[in-house]
Parts: sequence; structure tokens; C-alpha cells
Amino acid sequence: MVLKTSRPVGIIGYGAYIPMNRLKTSEISRVWGGCTEPIEEKAVASIDEDAVTIAVECARYAIKRAKIDPREIGAIYVGTESKPYAVKPCGTIVAEAIGATPHVTAADYEFACKAGTEAFQACIGLVSSGMVKYAMAIGADTAQGRPADPLEYTVACGGAAFIFTLKSERTLAYLEGSYSYVTDTPDFWRRGLEMYPRHGNRFTGEPAYFRHIIGAAKGLMAELGHGPEDFRYAVFHQPNVKFPVKVAKRLGFSMDAIKPGLIVPYVGNTYAGSTPIGLAATLDVAEPGDRILVVSYGSGAGSDAFSFVVQDAIMEGRPRDLPVSAFIARRRYIDYSLYSRMRGKIHL
Amino acid sequence: MRPVYIAGVALTPIGEHWELSLRDLACEAALKALEKAEVERIDALYVANMGAAPLQSQLHLGALMADALGLYGLPAMRVEAAQASGGVAVHEAHLAVASGLYDSILVVGVEKMSDALPQEVRSALAMAEDQEYTAYTGVTDVGLCALLHRLYMERYEAKPEEIAALAAISHEHAVGCPHAQYPFRVSVERILSSPMEADPIHMLECSGIGDGAAALVLTADRGDVEIAASTVAVDHFFLTERGDPLILEAVRAASRRAYERAGISPRDVDLVELHDSTTIMGILSLEDLGFVEKGFGARYVSEGNVRRGGELPVNTFGGLKARGNPVGATGVYQVAEIALQLLGEAGRCQVEDAEVGLAENLGGIASTASITILRRR
Repeated sequence: MVLKTSRPVGIIGYGAYIPMNRLKTSEISRVWGGCTEPIEEKAVASIDEDAVTIAVECARYAIKRAKIDPREIGAIYVGTESKPYAVKPCGTIVAEAIGATPHVTAADYEFACKAGTEAFQACIGLVSSGMVKYAMAIGADTAQGRPADPLEYTVACGGAAFIFTLKSERTLAYLEGSYSYVTDTPDFWRRGLEMYPRHGNRFTGEPAYFRHIIGAAKGLMAELGHGPEDFRYAVFHQPNVKFPVKVAKRLGFSMDAIKPGLIVPYVGNTYAGSTPIGLAATLDVAEPGDRILVVSYGSGAGSDAFSFVVQDAIMEGRPRDLPVSAFIARRRYIDYSLYSRMRGKIHL
Repeated sequence: MRPVYIAGVALTPIGEHWELSLRDLACEAALKALEKAEVERIDALYVANMGAAPLQSQLHLGALMADALGLYGLPAMRVEAAQASGGVAVHEAHLAVASGLYDSILVVGVEKMSDALPQEVRSALAMAEDQEYTAYTGVTDVGLCALLHRLYMERYEAKPEEIAALAAISHEHAVGCPHAQYPFRVSVERILSSPMEADPIHMLECSGIGDGAAALVLTADRGDVEIAASTVAVDHFFLTERGDPLILEAVRAASRRAYERAGISPRDVDLVELHDSTTIMGILSLEDLGFVEKGFGARYVSEGNVRRGGELPVNTFGGLKARGNPVGATGVYQVAEIALQLLGEAGRCQVEDAEVGLAENLGGIASTASITILRRR
């Protein structure tokens, strides 16, 4: 289904945050004896970090880039599957921390790894309708993976925040349209009170990730009358390196198109943060006039596709604002023992 | 005993058929085979399957598939001999027509594996081994093959690349095959750099997991392809009870009998579909089918003799490795493929001037061997 705004909407600010701890997948293999390493290394939240602190960090960077008064933000939505509280929103904590309370609506979104882009759509709708001036959508996770499970090699921590407002000379990129493709496909799930998700192995591929991403991407491109050649860049949800590379190829996108946003080899799969961080990294290098295709994927399952066109204002903040690459470069390596402690793998 | 002919064959592509059930797959192949066969009526239905009980919690496949196909009142049954279910079902159907009791039988091999979790598939495949003595140890089918693979390399000084060549050639043959699961080339180097599945067997030396169905109509009416022989033999179930584990006695016994019945020698065979569930099983099979002297199979393969244009084309549609291995259906795929070759309907996989073809289908580590020899009339 294509989602078009009644008035044009753009991104006025964005910010990412990636914790500095890195665990190499070779270290996981050393402990568990796995023989394939789908990424190089992954980001691990410190003992005092969680999805909320990550969301707050990236929200602050987004506000700095947008140069707006946080009190003017009318909506804050956090998409995550790592809520520190089962009942009590992350959105309120973020709103309080950045100084957006009390005249604001805030809530959390849950749709596995596409919760962040669900928040995008809600914010875009509120802005376009005129209900709020600024709306902030955040995708942030401290992703869970059972020890020794193939997931453990990739799941990571991080997030990105985007502030939407009506398109103007100040917006960095404007939205052409969005498209969602959703079915009931139980490829990956976590029940209440369970620490780790379960997944259907190969079922997570063809009928889940590929079907939905391709469905959403093709649906949006058809509605907008664009082909892959019309996009300078593309960002696909990146649970590992193989899937986004393969889906890009199948949709007709080159490696050059996805390279700037392909952060998974050095960050890992940050679940709801994955696609937003990829978009942030792409905006870091994009030039005015570039068109960017963004397609998330959330298990359960669905994909949200977006087409953004980069505007002139993108160049203004570039010397000042921290790019995603700075967070990737800022790292310290930890071993499996420290990782076990930081991620609560050991129960005493 | 009267001659038995193959009147119609049909195959579904092997792959991950998430939208199709066991029943859908079987019906798709069966209806196409019936359409091609143009027989007046079907006297019996034999369904070959290995894993429906553990993987789909479904038994009683004879009645289930007969009902789905609208075949009422006829005898219908499931034939199970682990991964040799397909070959054994063809054997049983062949006997029933040859005996004169039935004139036309529909054989459908069907398997659906990709819906299940890998550990469930492993457990299902382990049911081909002895639960009291072998399977309970946790060893997998590939693990057992690994013992043979290592022993073979040590005893016959075979090199890993010579054994892996079978997988590379099978992939080469699958290119252009519309029903193959992996129709692309894979080099020996890539095979040997893939992760270890069970040392010394690499992942790309093993057949994969797939869904698919193949169907044949066997009939007494004279046709273009005759079943010249169909035999089955068994061996010690427990690998360590065998005199020499590198000799597949079931393959030797079943093939010897098949050659006798067909009135041919191995030299008369123009092409072979091997049961290469792992590369080593394909190599041992080539030897015990009488094509190569024991210990020389790997070298024979690596020298290119089994290529499509070679001395003995093998796995002409990709074999278990590249065409795919939907276990209980595999034997039916093999016989259907030989029939397509002899009918000249193999498309890009066609072997020129083939008159006699042999299909070898194994259950477990060749505890059961089924051999089918087809001849063009």
C-alpha cells in the first residue's frame, strides 16, 4: 500500500549512536566453535547502557543537527524490541531527557526489526496533517541472541533518530512516498518473559526477508514510477552481510548503491536500529539531488519502503555533525567474558 | 513376468516451496504425469515418502493422496525405505504390473523438508539408522559418511580434490536443468574451502534440503522406455557389522541382479544417476555398481570420465548434490530423469544416443539399495 503525504514532509535532523565496545565474531567462534562468521564484529552496549540510553544519545545528536528547540517536538516514538520495561514507555524517558516534556505525545512501537521505520510513518503522518510541527522517530535496540545460536554472531546494539517536519529549505531530504508490505509470517519471535528470540532458520530467508523487502521495494518503485537506476543509494535491513547484498542484486541495485549504508560488517544487526543507522550513514555521504531507497524488514513480518530525495541543506551541517563513521571508528575490543557480563548472559 | 513401460513422467522444481503443501506438491507432479501418460485408468497408487511422519505429523499418505487426486476405490499405499523410498516404490509398482495383476500404476515420490527446523530434519534423517546402536549416539548421516570418506582417503590414497570433483561435475551438469535446486557451477576450490560439515566432508560435498515431487506412470502397454530391471537389496544395518565398510554390498547385490535380468553388463550402461548424498557415497557407488575397480572411483571421476560427453555420464541433471535430494522422492526423480534422457526430452541436459540408463537409490548408508535399469525400445 503506498503512503503519500497531503503536504510534503522532510527530515530536518538525524543522529546515530553506536556503543563503543566491539566483540569480534572470531571471538564468538573461539568460544562456541562456529565455523561461519557472517560479519567482522559487533557493537555491544556497556553495563550502564540500554535501548533507552541509546535512544537518548541519538535523539540528542538529531536535535543538534536539526538546530531546533526540543520543546517544539510534538511527538516522540521509539521503535525497539529491547524495552527495559515491559510496561512503561521508552518514549517518555527520551522525551524527558531531551527536554521535550510535557506538551508532547510519546509512545513505543514494536514490530521486530522494523519498529523504527513504523515510527517514521507515524511521525510523517502527524507532520503532514499539521497535528505537530516536529516529530521524532527512533529505532534503537540492544539486540538479543541466545549464546551459541547463529543470531549471537550478529546481534548488536545501536540506534538512530530522525526528526521530521514539513519540507522547506531547511530540510535535509524530503519524502516522495512510503509503501508497506505486511503478512502474518512467523519467522522469528520472542514471547513475554523469554530472554531470547527463536527463529525458523532458513524460513527467515526467502519467505520472510526477501519476499517482504522485494514486495515493498517493488511496490514503492512501481507507484512512484522509478526504477533502480533512479536511485543513487539504497538501504536495506541488514541482519548480516549476505541478505542485503543479495536483495540489492535481485532488485537491480549495484554494490556502490548500498555500500555507504552497509554498516553491518562492523556494527552488527542492531534490530530496529539497523535500517535507520544505514540511512543515517548514507545521508552522511549523499549529495543534493540524490534519491535514496530505504527498505526495512521486521519479522512477523513486514517491510516499509521509503523514497527520499536529498536537499541542499544536507551540506550545511556536515563539517560540524558527527557522522556514523565516527561511531564505527570509536571502538574498544572486549572478550567474550566481558561481553557475557555486559549483556547479562550469566545468571547467578 | 511381462514387460513394464514408463508412460509418463513429471517433476516439480526442487526448492523451498513455502506456499505448497506435501499434498500440493504430490498432486502437481501426479496430475502432469497422468496427463502425459494418457492411460485409460489407474489401478493403484504408490506414494514414496520418508519424512512426512516426523516432519508433517502425517501418515496414511496412500489414502490422502488418492483422495486429493480424485482416485477412489483403488489400492493406495505409502512405500518407505528411508532415502530409498522412491526406488523401492518403483520396484514394487514394477512388480505389480509385471505380474499382470495391475495394468497401470501411478508412483508419486514426495517430500517436504524446508518447513522444518534443521535439527528436526537431522533427527528425521537419522531415523534411517539404528536407534538402538547408531542414531542414539547423535551421529548424523553425514557423520557416518565422514568415517567412510576418511578411510577411503587413507586406504586408497585418494586426494580430497579427486573426491570433491564429483560435486563440481554434478553442479556443472545441473546448469540449465529446470527442476534442479542448485543449477550453477561450483569449483573444486570453492567446495574444499566451504565449512566442514563433518570432517573431512565439506558442506558443499553434501546434498541439501529441499521440497519436491516426481511422478511416473508405469504401464503394461508398450511404450518407448522399458524398465529392463528393477531390483532391491539390503546390507547389514549397522555399519560396523559390515566386513568392509568401503564395500556397499547392497549395491553390489542389487546391481548384479539387475544386470542379469536386463541381460547386460556395466559396459552397456550409457548413463547413471548416482545416490551421491555425499561425494564419498557417489564414489563408492560407482565402484560397487561395477563401473570402476575398487579404490579407483575418485580418480576416475576427477579425470572427467563422468562428464556429460565422457565415457560414463553421471548425474546428468545434477544428481543429489545439485538437482537436489528431497529424500523420499529422490528415487522417483532419478528414474524420471533417466526416462527423459532416453526419450530425448532432457533439454540442455541431454546425453546423445543413450539407450540404457541406470538409477541407483540408497537408504541409510546403503543399508537398502534400489537399482532401476531403463532401456529405450
